[in-house]
Amino acid sequence: MSIKQKILNGLDIAGLPAFKPIVLLLSGENPPEQINSILKFIVVPIIAFGVFLVMWWAVASNIETKYGNVPTPKEVAKEAGSLIDAHNESRQKAKDFYIKQGEKAKSYEEKAAGFTQQALAAATPEEKTKLEKRAAKMEKMATKTKNRKYAETPTYFDQIVTSLKTVFAGFLIASAIAIPLGIFCGLSNVFMAAMNPLIQVFKPVSPLAWLPIVMIIVGALYTTDPREAWFEKSFISSAITVALCSLWPTLVNTALGVASVDKDHINVARVLKLGTFTRIFKIMLPSSLPYMFAGLRISLSVGWMVLIAAEMLAQNPGLGKFVWDMFQNGSSQTLAQIMVAVFTIGSIGFLLDRIMIILQKLVSFDSVVSA
Amino acid sequence: MSEFIDLVNLVKIYKTPKGDAVIVDGFNLKMNQGEFVSIIGHSGCGKTTVLSMTAGLLEKSGGNVVVDKKEVAGPGPDRAVVFQAPNLLPWMSTLNNVMLGVNQVYPHASKKERHQICEYFLNIVGLGDSMHKMPNELSGGMQQRVGIARALALKPKMLLLDEPFGKLDSLTRMDLQDILIKILDKNQMTTMMVTHDVDEAIYLSDRIVMMTNGPAAKVGEILEIPFEKPRTRSEILEDPRYYELRGRLLSFLEEQDHKKKEFKPKAKIEKPADEPDDNSEIKKSA
Repeated sequence: MSIKQKILNGLDIAGLPAFKPIVLLLSGENPPEQINSILKFIVVPIIAFGVFLVMWWAVASNIETKYGNVPTPKEVAKEAGSLIDAHNESRQKAKDFYIKQGEKAKSYEEKAAGFTQQALAAATPEEKTKLEKRAAKMEKMATKTKNRKYAETPTYFDQIVTSLKTVFAGFLIASAIAIPLGIFCGLSNVFMAAMNPLIQVFKPVSPLAWLPIVMIIVGALYTTDPREAWFEKSFISSAITVALCSLWPTLVNTALGVASVDKDHINVARVLKLGTFTRIFKIMLPSSLPYMFAGLRISLSVGWMVLIAAEMLAQNPGLGKFVWDMFQNGSSQTLAQIMVAVFTIGSIGFLLDRIMIILQKLVSFDSVVSA
Repeated sequence: MSEFIDLVNLVKIYKTPKGDAVIVDGFNLKMNQGEFVSIIGHSGCGKTTVLSMTAGLLEKSGGNVVVDKKEVAGPGPDRAVVFQAPNLLPWMSTLNNVMLGVNQVYPHASKKERHQICEYFLNIVGLGDSMHKMPNELSGGMQQRVGIARALALKPKMLLLDEPFGKLDSLTRMDLQDILIKILDKNQMTTMMVTHDVDEAIYLSDRIVMMTNGPAAKVGEILEIPFEKPRTRSEILEDPRYYELRGRLLSFLEEQDHKKKEFKPKAKIEKPADEPDDNSEIKKSA
């Protein structure tokens, strides 16, 4: 297959068919038609975004709040820049700190070595032990210096990373619960009937209602010493809340997928007299994968949405906490910073959704993927 | 030869709110070992219903299916089915689709032996070099050949073909008929085929069972096809008896058609899902 075809297939899988005309145009295939579709599906969306920015601009400067005017797009962009600067600055500071620390530790080590040398050449045993003690002290100082960590306040990007970690932890918990339950629901009407009331009642519950319960229970059960714990309590609470809110779409979709296996495929299984195990793993699961992944995709986007709320309340050091802190600060940059967060949250959500679309396309067997 | 397959008084009744809808009412057929019997009739007359009951995929309302002196209930690999659609599992390679059945029938064979069995049957349908392709990379005709290989690899006592070539274009259909007749000449498999293609039925069958129109369909007439086996298409087409047989089949079907117009069933009959719903024409072109 040609490179061109590969790129086109890749764009299809990535869910970006709008960019196909560019590739086709570059390969010189029917230029007028390609330009036409570029105008329609690339230029028009760009113009629409431009119109949105202009409208924002017009409206923003007319609204006066207690923190000053609502920031214009330009101010928000500037704020994003300053968040990046702050991040770089903080990283630089940390770097400087560790360089200095290294130097300091080295000087201690040199001193220790010096004392050890002197101790070897010492005249009296008393003096020797004294020098050895000094050397040991210097060595201790050196390791102590080395182990000291830079007390860094998390930058905006650290907060993004925490949020991503939290949402993936929650998503994994949700998948680990929802997929097996969904399979059982799909396989057995009775199991589905048993689960149905629970699903229907818990599905619409807001994360804000789950969070306090989760926090209290996690607080009671997770009593590991915070210094030794692998995860922070706030992280666990947020992740579990995300899981509780996002497991439902996967559960329902998996159940649907397993229950709606093609009747013809079931007939094949019946004629072949496949055992339960083979029937589930060779026929039902593969055929329900596309449904399952559609569910996972919805789950992840729900999880990301829920996460921000959960982090705000749980004070998990992520984007939600960032928004909350900015709100509490009430400086003149508050609104602009929160808006940067809004765009960040939106873009990451979009990116996560794209990734799930790609996965979904890769598991659906009748798509173009086989090539 | 003794009767290898005995279908005794098969009945299928669907309960509807307006009363019972009798689809098949007392279908009797005895088949010898190695015999090829086609069931022909108008769409919706219950041909596929009979086949599904024989396969065990559809529950009988009455009657018995006796295979090799044993009454059978429910589906099983001893009665392999080739469906109208290939029904391959799209997430498995051609080889694995065949292997799925082979694993069931030869549980004690080594992996290598099972692989050889699959390879053998894929070779005889002419797909030896497409073993590792996925079903969606194959044409419709090739997929159906995999379906045939999958059925044959089960070493069934009986082969059930449910309009196996119905969805293919006429050239591919002829191709597959030739492949099938060659395989059956070699393997002598007891075969029941449902079709509404008159020429296909004559070319492949030893006997053709003509079914009356539903409701309450049963065996109308049975036509013996006297041509010697192995057959070739051209030999048969040159034989003067061919047109006589064809004429008898068509006149039976036309007769049924007239009866159908006179008889309007009161309750709308609920057809089983696997019965094609269109009242497609009997193929009259040669």
